Amino acid sequence: MPDLAPPIDDRLLHFDTDGSPRLLAAREHESGRVVFPAPGDADPDRYEAIVLPQEGRLWSWTVQRFRPKSPPYAGPEAFEPYAVGYVALGDTVIVEGRLTGAALDGFAIGMPMRLVSESFTLQNGEQRTTFAFAPTEKTA
Amino acid sequence: MSGVYIVGAGIHPFGRTPERTGLQQGVFAVRQALGQAGLDWRDIQFAYGGSDAAGKADTMVSELGLTGLPFINVANGCATGGSAMFGAYSAIKSGEFDLGIAIGFDKHPRGAFDPKPAEWGLPDWYGETGLMLTTQFFAMKIQRYMAMHGITNATLAAVAEKAFANGVLADHAWRREPVDAETILASNMVSDPLTKFMFCSPAEGAVALIFASEAKAKSLGLPAVRLRAAAVRSRPPGSFEVFSPALDIERGPSPTNIASRAAYEMAGVGPEDVDVAQLQDTESGAEIMHMAENGFCADGEQEAWIAQGRTRIDGTLPVNTDGGCLACGEPIGASGLRQVYENYVQLTGQAGARQVPGDPRIGYSHVYGAPGVSAVAVVERA
Repeated sequence: MPDLAPPIDDRLLHFDTDGSPRLLAAREHESGRVVFPAPGDADPDRYEAIVLPQEGRLWSWTVQRFRPKSPPYAGPEAFEPYAVGYVALGDTVIVEGRLTGAALDGFAIGMPMRLVSESFTLQNGEQRTTFAFAPTEKTA
Repeated sequence: MSGVYIVGAGIHPFGRTPERTGLQQGVFAVRQALGQAGLDWRDIQFAYGGSDAAGKADTMVSELGLTGLPFINVANGCATGGSAMFGAYSAIKSGEFDLGIAIGFDKHPRGAFDPKPAEWGLPDWYGETGLMLTTQFFAMKIQRYMAMHGITNATLAAVAEKAFANGVLADHAWRREPVDAETILASNMVSDPLTKFMFCSPAEGAVALIFASEAKAKSLGLPAVRLRAAAVRSRPPGSFEVFSPALDIERGPSPTNIASRAAYEMAGVGPEDVDVAQLQDTESGAEIMHMAENGFCADGEQEAWIAQGRTRIDGTLPVNTDGGCLACGEPIGASGLRQVYENYVQLTGQAGARQVPGDPRIGYSHVYGAPGVSAVAVVERA
């Protein structure tokens, strides 16, 4: 298992024993609707806790080319543009996240994607782990 | 129930006015509206007003006069202006009042908005990891729309080019220099596929609209438009909104779709009857998508429409005749009322160099904002 920094929010993701990340969500009993992130105080009479599939297809994407304002952004002052996208995870839900594993212009709608863990450096230099999506086929 | 008329309108120029607070800009717009209509503040029986970030509208009475009128503050995010107008519309329509005013104003700091996750019911990580930006939402919505419906970058640029060309002709616009499509495409990429010149900026400005009952409008004899519909709608299931960590797999209509439908029904007109439209253009892709969401064309037809110049001032459906948000900037509380101001000016034939030819009769305005709210108004030349 790789040595991972603590999750940025332990209600957001867990790690399997092999270190692969799992996103935590909830399914509303009555409607079957999947809610991500899981509501903070999910009432078990209303919601069932679920983990989301780890693979899906890119639904849309863009690139964040300027440093977001802090707060709320907690990343370091030195800024590198990053890709962001929505990934449709099977027939559960379409999740927004950072994209990694390809050049900034290397993403296309419909591309197969998988969930990966992504290390995130806070302004004070501390490390956290968050999630991202990467193309399933390795792009050189 | 009375018919509802707009009998006067005032505007404080949009852009940046360091010497005036947002509230002072609001007072300026009220005085201009009253002055042009030959009315006095004492004639006004009620007021609805608001800003998103520039203070409490009702404190304006200390400048305008302590007449004791009921003054309702409205705070409804991006639909603040639209909601103030909805209040005025309902107050006149009920028959309770026959002359009132709706005011929207704002003043935002430079740069993108910096929302706090907790205020939007979102966990901190969403903001901390750099996902909570309106610019990303708009970019991803148009990115997918372009892929699904064959819209090109050239069309994005054409929309912005038209906005700046129209802004040159509008006294109240912020950006008053033309910018050509090549420059727009070559400007800094902000969030792919949208460049700097394809995005509007937060700004300052104020608008005041005077509302009257049918009988009052007749007795005043002022240039007027009849407000045939005012609809505000929040998001239905399956819509795609700003600040969404996830979207439902089962996709649904947008708040614009349902506000638009409600407004057409209320007004008894269809999109084919509209002579001039002001559509939310937070960025140039938004104008393109909102053409279809408001029923003016089918998805994908925008590519040909815009190439043919159909949305220009001399086209078959002029869109954003004062340059919209792209040329005027977006003071949140004032932006929706600016659109109605522009339709009032167009339908009463007072638009000068940007006047839509052919005596336009029906004007349509549409505002959209976070967290999924849309307001539509339909006005008709009286």
